[in-house]
Amino acid sequence: MNLALRDIRYHLGSFAFTTVGIGLLLMIVMGMGGIYRGLVDDATVLIDRIDADLWVVQRDTRGPFAEVSRLPAALEERLRAVPGVVASRRFVSHTIQREHAGRSLRMTVQGLAWPEDRGTWLPLIAGRTLDTAHFGLIADRSLGLDLGESLQLGRDRYTVVGITAGMISQAGDGMAFFTSNDAQAIQNDGDGESQRLERAARSARVGAADIGRIQPGLIERAGGSSGNVPVLAPPPVSAVLVWVAPGADPAQVARTIAGWGDASVYTSTEQRDLLLAGPVDKSRRQIGLFRGLLIAISAIIMALVIYTMTLDKVHDIALVKLMGARNRVIVGLILQQALLLGALGYAIAWLLGQRIFLLFPRRVLITGPDLLMLAGIVVGISVLASGLGIWKAMRVRAGEVLS
Amino acid sequence: MSQPIVEARNLRKVYGHDNTEMVALKGASFSVAGGEVVALLGPSGAGKSTLLSILGLVTAPTSGSVVISGTPVVDGARELGDMRAIRRQHIGFVFQKANLIPFLTAVENVQVAMEINDLPSREARRRSLELLDYLGVADRANHRPVELSGGQQQRIAIARALANKPGLILADEPTAALDGERGRQVMELFARVAHEQGAAVIVVTHDHRALDVFDRHLEMEDGELMGA
Ligand SMILES: Nc1ncnc2c1ncn2[C@@H]1O[C@H](COP(=O)(O)OP(=O)(O)O)[C@@H](O)[C@H]1O
Ligand SMILES: [Mg+2]
Repeated sequence: MNLALRDIRYHLGSFAFTTVGIGLLLMIVMGMGGIYRGLVDDATVLIDRIDADLWVVQRDTRGPFAEVSRLPAALEERLRAVPGVVASRRFVSHTIQREHAGRSLRMTVQGLAWPEDRGTWLPLIAGRTLDTAHFGLIADRSLGLDLGESLQLGRDRYTVVGITAGMISQAGDGMAFFTSNDAQAIQNDGDGESQRLERAARSARVGAADIGRIQPGLIERAGGSSGNVPVLAPPPVSAVLVWVAPGADPAQVARTIAGWGDASVYTSTEQRDLLLAGPVDKSRRQIGLFRGLLIAISAIIMALVIYTMTLDKVHDIALVKLMGARNRVIVGLILQQALLLGALGYAIAWLLGQRIFLLFPRRVLITGPDLLMLAGIVVGISVLASGLGIWKAMRVRAGEVLS
Repeated sequence: MSQPIVEARNLRKVYGHDNTEMVALKGASFSVAGGEVVALLGPSGAGKSTLLSILGLVTAPTSGSVVISGTPVVDGARELGDMRAIRRQHIGFVFQKANLIPFLTAVENVQVAMEINDLPSREARRRSLELLDYLGVADRANHRPVELSGGQQQRIAIARALANKPGLILADEPTAALDGERGRQVMELFARVAHEQGAAVIVVTHDHRALDVFDRHLEMEDGELMGA
């Protein structure tokens, strides 16, 4: 005869209520772990997907994920000439926040080195890759844009040609992939008025300088499009990705590039580690600590619940002691109830989480190993929590029945 | 006469110490044989419950010893064995209140006492039902204590006390909460158990109307056993 279950059945209402409470608490613990996992996963999804052998970034910076990195776009060509390099592509990335369809649309603009890179490596769930040099984009599902929808960015209208899933920046914004020229245009081309002002300022500078008087044609050039001004460099890129030929030694290639003096080189793994040690690190630790705190609180609350359940049974415990029950009967009663409470709470946490976590704006990633670890923690908490109740039960004297 | 089931040898019990000292038992000695049903009488505060809880191995005497079936089990504060094991194998308790476990049904309340004593669950259930039948409450087997009358509860409690066929049954004012008629029925039940099962039964009671069912009366006053 199982006393634990019979007691629970008798107090079903209050036990159910308590279990739901513990379940909600565990759901938060579970969710916190999922937010942590999602944060790391979102932060590294792009690096992992691109899977470049080397990341070439601005000299002495930690790369575009950690800080601002600017490299001349021409580096892409120079890198192709390095022995052992099979491919190099510019990496252009920046985040914009615009009004679209009456809402604030925040997206991380990623430039693809079109036509070599059409986005075939992206996890497309609808539409196609970038087939044209201009005005197409592949948007992540999280941006809420539909296939064929068009949006105004700067001076141009762009049309959604493909939809990806799970392409999120480290800040949690959905990514949108453009050709790198378009991406740079979106970054650099302001509205008409500021362009006019910029051109006028350029003309004025040339006009005021000696060279403008010696070569009046320059004044006209300066007032035109920036692409027609030979002394203005094309806009910089954030990084250049390098793929090394099979058989070539990436370390050797990296040493060659590092010797140039205007670039730093990282492997994908290093770039990933820098990212996790940098911008993501504090959020990660913050969530980690909070989760630890929640686990401690859950343990205390469970201990109190189990203790109270034991107090409710002090008379019955004294009675079975009087009848000569061994301690294991009493320990079993309390421990089984604690474990059941933990197990049911965990199940409720999981079931509710399945639905509720989907509503979160950022990804809550519940992984198998994390679930397993939490299950272990819950068992640990249950055993620990029953300790207080068992301690109380062991101190109950059989004689208390008589008084 | 056969060997007594329980023997009290010069039991003394002092509660508290120094200036709060209270002598509840002043050297009580007596024995009860199997098949004998004994009434323990006396005014409130005489020390009856104290004596019973010492015989039941629940409270340690200050001095003196308890012998069960010829084996000394308690000598002063010293325990000469596993008290809980002796309790579950040899002693059955009945109290003024039935003290049934509220979350168990009537039959389960009896069954649990048997399972505590290592009887397999199925066998325990069968025998528990038999016992309820013996005590005339078989029809209440699957009811919880709150659904039973005081008299029915007390019968379940007696069934529980009989669960492991104890040699010694200790009852402390078991009929105090029952009316005269039902009280007498319970006392007759004790006599029947003693006579039919050969148990030594000691019943503390105030109820003088049912004294005729007992084989012997022990009178207590102010911690002293008068005998009868
Ligand atoms: N746990 C205790 N601590 C102190 N004094 C007690 C305790 N139990 C009983 N007493 C005292 O011992 C005396 C005998 O009590 P008790 O055995 O309960 O008497 P009875 O059952 O005959 O009424 C009483 O004076 C009572 O106050
Ligand atoms: Mg008393």
